[in-house]
Amino acid sequence: MPILQRKEVEEIASLARLHLESEEIEKMRVELGAILDHFTALAAVDTDVAPMTHAVPLDLRLRADVAEPSLPAEVALLAAPAKTAEYFVVPAIISSAADE
Amino acid sequence: MSEWLPAQDTVRRIVQGELTASGALEAYLARIGKLDGQLGAYLAVDAEGARAQAAEIDRKRKANEPLGPLSGVPIALKDVLVTKHLATTAASKILDGWKPPYDGTVVKRLRAAGAVIIGKVNCDEFAMGSSTENSAYKKTKNPWDTSRVPGGSSGGSSAAVAAGLCTASLGTDTGGSIRQPAAFCGVVGIKPTYGRVSRWGVVAFASSLDQVGPLTRTVGDAALLLEAICGHDPRDSTSLDQPVPKFAEALTGDIKGLRVGIPGEYFAGGIDDEVRSAVQRAAASLQERGAELIDISLPHTELALPAYYVVAPAEASSNLARYDGIRFGRAAQGARDLLDLYQRSRGEGFGPEVKRRIMLGTYALRSGYYDAYYKKAQQVRALIKRDFDKAWQHVDVVLTPTTPTAAFRFGAKSKPVDMYLADIFTLACNLAGLPGISVPCGLTVESLPIGVQLMGKPLDEATLLRAAHVIEKAVGLGEKRPKGIS
Repeated sequence: MPILQRKEVEEIASLARLHLESEEIEKMRVELGAILDHFTALAAVDTDVAPMTHAVPLDLRLRADVAEPSLPAEVALLAAPAKTAEYFVVPAIISSAADE
Repeated sequence: MSEWLPAQDTVRRIVQGELTASGALEAYLARIGKLDGQLGAYLAVDAEGARAQAAEIDRKRKANEPLGPLSGVPIALKDVLVTKHLATTAASKILDGWKPPYDGTVVKRLRAAGAVIIGKVNCDEFAMGSSTENSAYKKTKNPWDTSRVPGGSSGGSSAAVAAGLCTASLGTDTGGSIRQPAAFCGVVGIKPTYGRVSRWGVVAFASSLDQVGPLTRTVGDAALLLEAICGHDPRDSTSLDQPVPKFAEALTGDIKGLRVGIPGEYFAGGIDDEVRSAVQRAAASLQERGAELIDISLPHTELALPAYYVVAPAEASSNLARYDGIRFGRAAQGARDLLDLYQRSRGEGFGPEVKRRIMLGTYALRSGYYDAYYKKAQQVRALIKRDFDKAWQHVDVVLTPTTPTAAFRFGAKSKPVDMYLADIFTLACNLAGLPGISVPCGLTVESLPIGVQLMGKPLDEATLLRAAHVIEKAVGLGEKRPKGIS
């Protein structure tokens, strides 16, 4: 059974795009470890069945390819933390060397 | 005392001119003003909006215009239901102050039926929890005993309904979040069949499990509200295109020949004696009225907890990726670059339990681990569903306790796994996509409510409601009201 290492917790947090403070990482390591312990029961089960994806059988639904009104740009931007004209503003995607 | 009236009677009186929608609403607003400081059920009361809706009902009544089936009924919404221009936070700091530009489908349907949306009620952050202690904003207390939790995650809903601070409420149920708080607060809560109710405009937690449903003081009201919110919605691709029965007509009292399955796995160790006795009395009450009790086995019951805690966090980690500080919600200040903005907005905005579930889900879904966790859990889910499919060959409903114990005290479940175990009896129903209802079936010696759960065949909410109605009449709480607040 996996016993989580601190480094692994940091890797998962990075994949989840989640900043954790140093003490949060340690707490998470212990708590996630305890939860993962409960998952061992799954490994022992003989599962010779197709995975269930949905509770009720679903067909792929298609609709007519007709344009319908969507949210106007100014309404979609109402709650944006940073915006200009008709656009969301995001910070630099690649940070400059001076910031490193 | 119009605040204790069932929705059905409120509508009838308004239609007959014995009560106005505005009068009914003002009674609740006054009661909220007096009591919610102690209870902490509401995150936002929309007095102005509600008064306008009530005035419109009264105008229609005067003008003899047609009135909908929920006309003038004051309803509180769990704060994961998206409401136009009314703050929707999911009890999270990351959505603090967000005012959505649209109403979710269930909200639209309630409004179309004439309901008055009185406000938004508290819950665990992003509906993740079993006590409402995970709200980023406040504690909601159990109106039967304010030292205890109201259950969760729809704890604001169950507390507000039980305390008479609204006629009814809508909650959401991903692993028991309607039924468990309903049991803890002595109200009725129903989770419909997966796909019965549209999820469009519901803050997503785990998309293959989430369903919206009512919490009410009577089974009759649950039937009335359920009928109003069910039905196909082209905006939700998992919404079922099935006719919606007249659920209220199912409450005939006639359960002769109903086959009730009693699964041994739900009555084993770890269940409180008082809960066991009350649930057995509820089962006996069905038998006395002509139902047949049949012992059954659901052998994969124990695996519901681990399967759920893989599937739900995995789906949550994906759903919650949208909170990135760009389009809406909280953004961290002074971010160096885009990645820093994502990481710090999320780190600052999410609370501990939400972070834990995102981490758990990311752990299970990351490259190389998918087969061992997510796929395996989905296979176990298929086995759990197969158990029920076999049971339906012999029984019409399955009867279990809703929870192993009555409401626990604040802080009693400080370890995450202990809290997860509070939902042990409600998880399988979501995993298998079945309808489930919790109905009160007595009080403990400490005057805490106990709930009995009925699970049914897919799309057979009508039978659940019929059986629950019989239990309500036989062993329900009657006129007993919570005494924790006054």
